[in-house]
Amino acid sequence: MFYREAGDFKTSYAADGQTFPIAFDRWRYMIVVAIGFLAIPLFITEYMANAVLIPFLIWSVIAIGLNILTGYCGQVSLGTGGFMAVGAYACYKFMTGLDVWYVSACEGGANLFFLCTGVATYSVLFELPEFNIAFSVLMGGLTTAAVGLLFGLPSLRIKGFYLAVATLAAQFFLVWLFNKWSWAYNYSASGQINAPTRELLGFEITGPTATAEVKYLFCLTILFLMAWLARNLTRGRLGRSWMAIRDMDIAAEIIGVNPLKAKLSAFAVSSFFVGVGGALFFSVYLGAVEVGEAFGIQKSFLALFMIIIGGLGSIFGSFAGAAFIVLMPVLLKNIMVGGFGWPTDIAAHFEFIILGGLIIFFLIVEPHGLAALWRTLKEKLRLWPFPH
Amino acid sequence: MSPTFLYTVEVILNGLMAGVMYALVALGFVLIFKASGIFNYAQGVMALFAALTLVGIQQGQVPFSHLINAVFGTDIHHFGWTVPTLLAILLSLCVMILFAWLVNRLILRHLVNQEPIILFMATIGLAYFMEGLGDLMWGSDIKRLDVGLPSGGSFWLEDVTAGWAAEGSEYYGMYIDLLDVWATMIAVTLVIVLTLFSQYTKTGRALRAVADDHQAALSVGISLKAIWVIVWSIAGFVALVAGIMWGAKLGVQFSLSLIALKALPVLMLGGFTSIPGAIVGGLIIGVGEKLFEFSIGPMIGGATENWFAYVLALLFLVFRPQGLFGEKIIERV
Repeated sequence: MFYREAGDFKTSYAADGQTFPIAFDRWRYMIVVAIGFLAIPLFITEYMANAVLIPFLIWSVIAIGLNILTGYCGQVSLGTGGFMAVGAYACYKFMTGLDVWYVSACEGGANLFFLCTGVATYSVLFELPEFNIAFSVLMGGLTTAAVGLLFGLPSLRIKGFYLAVATLAAQFFLVWLFNKWSWAYNYSASGQINAPTRELLGFEITGPTATAEVKYLFCLTILFLMAWLARNLTRGRLGRSWMAIRDMDIAAEIIGVNPLKAKLSAFAVSSFFVGVGGALFFSVYLGAVEVGEAFGIQKSFLALFMIIIGGLGSIFGSFAGAAFIVLMPVLLKNIMVGGFGWPTDIAAHFEFIILGGLIIFFLIVEPHGLAALWRTLKEKLRLWPFPH
Repeated sequence: MSPTFLYTVEVILNGLMAGVMYALVALGFVLIFKASGIFNYAQGVMALFAALTLVGIQQGQVPFSHLINAVFGTDIHHFGWTVPTLLAILLSLCVMILFAWLVNRLILRHLVNQEPIILFMATIGLAYFMEGLGDLMWGSDIKRLDVGLPSGGSFWLEDVTAGWAAEGSEYYGMYIDLLDVWATMIAVTLVIVLTLFSQYTKTGRALRAVADDHQAALSVGISLKAIWVIVWSIAGFVALVAGIMWGAKLGVQFSLSLIALKALPVLMLGGFTSIPGAIVGGLIIGVGEKLFEFSIGPMIGGATENWFAYVLALLFLVFRPQGLFGEKIIERV
C-alpha cells in the first residue's frame, strides 16, 4: 500500500539516483517540509518554540554533525560540547565585530608585533564591522571546522577508546579556554556572552524581543540546508570513503581510500555542523551563555545519546534521536511534576534513570536505533495489508 | 635550602599523593578491562554510589525516603539508628556485590559478542542510570563521610620543614594532608593485596587466565559468567575504597562521579591493560598537573588542572599509542 516502487518508472540516471527513489517517499518528504515551513509557524506558541521546537531543530544539526563523525566515519567523539562552545564564541565575536590587537609599544624587550617580551601596550589593529547573523553563524561553523581539524589530527595515530578519551582533551581545554580568555567574551565583567539584537531581512532573529516564529523559521532554514548538505555528502564519494574507514580502515586503505583525507575531512565537516549548532544554541536559543554551564561534558554525552538512540550512520536517526532526547524530559516533567505533583528534583533523578535505562535497552534490543525501527516499519507498510 | 626548592618539593609530594588517588579509580577500570574487555565508564559513578550507600547505611537513612514521602505524603527520613563504620562498610560491599551480579545478569549477558564501543556506550548508560538511582535512593545533598581517618595538616611535618629553610626566609613549613597520607598507604596495601590475590589464589589465577585468553580459559573449565561477577565485585570493592577516600576528602556529592574522567588520562598514559601502568600513570599525571599549575598556571589564568592531564596524555599517545605498559598492537594505517 505504502512505499511501493511498482509503477514508478525511471527514465534517466538523475531520476534513478535521486535521494528518495520511491514516489510515496518523495511526497511524504515534500509534505513534511511544507508543514514545517508553512503550517507550524501559524500555530506556534512561545512555550512550544522555546521548550520543544527550537531545541529540537538545533540539536538535530548537532546530532547530524556528530553522526557524520561517529556514525559514518566510526570515530567516537566526546568533545561535542567543546566544539559547540567554539561555534558559539566565534559567532559572538563576528556578531559584535571581531577586534584584532597588536603590540604598539614594547618597553625593555623585543617587539614581535603580536608578542612582546617586556612591558607591552596594546592597540586595536583593526576591527571588523558587525556581521549579520546568518554570516556570523556560518563563520562560527567554519571556525569550529578549523579547530576540529586540529583536534582530529591525533586520530591518525590513535583509535577506539584512546581516541574517545583524547577528544575529551578538546572538551576540557576549550571550555577552560573560553572561561579564561577575556578577549573571547569581549572583556565583560561577568564572563558571560550575551547575544545582541540582530536582524535579517528586517526581522529580528536574536535578542530579547525576537518572536518565536522568526527564530523557528531561521533555525528550520538552517537545519534544512544542513540536512540537505549532509545527505548529499554522505551518499557521495566523500561519504563512502568515511564509511569505508569506519568498516575497516586497513581494507579501506588498500582499496585506495586515503585515511588522512577521510578522517580529517570527517572531523572538519562534523565540527562545522556542531559549530553551527553551537552558534544557534547560543545566539537564537539561549541568548546568554556561561561556557561551563552551557557547553559542559553533559552536552557531549547528550549528543552521543541522541545518535545512539536515533541510529548510528543515519540522517533520519539524528532527527529521531534529537526529537526523543529533547521531548523526553519535557514529557517526564509534565507527567511527574504536572500530573503527580512530585517535586522537580525527583523528576530530574527519574530523567537520569530513564535515560540511562533507555540507552542500555536500545543497545541490547535495537543497536541500530530508532532509524532501524523506522526501516522495519517501512518494510511492513510496503506489504500491508497483505503480508504474504 | 631555598623556599622555592621546598615549595617545589611540597608540590611534587602533593602531586604524588593526588596521583595515588587517581590511580585508585584507574585500578577499577583496568581490572574490568583486563578480564572482560569492557571499558567501564561507570567506575566513577560506582565510587559515588558506594560512598552514598556507605553514608546512608552509616546514618540509618531510609532508602528512597524522598520518593516515598512524595508519593504517600509521609515524612520519614531516618530509621533512628546509626551503624558502626566497619559494619556499614561490609554492608556496602554486599550492595556492590549484588550490583555486580545484577549488571552481569541484566546487561552484560545480553551484550556478549557486541563490539567494544557498544559495550562502552552501555556503561555510559549504566553510569547515568546509577547517578539517578543513587540520588533517588539517598538524596542529592552533599554529605559528610566520616570513617575515622585523620585529616588536616601535619603539624610535625610543618615544624620540621620550617627549620630546613634558610634563616630569615618567609617559609612556614610544608602542608601535607594526613588524609592523603592515609589514602596512599591504603592504596599501596590494596595493590599488594590484589597482586597477592591474583598470584596465589585459585580464583586469582582464573582471573588472570581469563584476562589472557577467553577461549582457552573456557576450555580448561573456568566459568566466564562467574569470573565476570567476581571481577565486577572486585571493581565494586575498589570503587568503594576510592569512594571512601574521595568522599572523605571532598564530601559525598555528584562531582565525585567526575573523578572517573580524571582516571581516563591516567589509563591512556599507563595503558588499559596494566595494573602497574595505572599506578605509574596516576603518579605522572598527579605530579605533572600539580607542577604545571604551580609553574605555568599563574601565567595563563590558573585552573589548568581541568585539562592538563588530557593534553599530556594526548601528546603522549601521539608518540606511543599503546601507553606506557599497554600491549603493543602492530598495525600500520
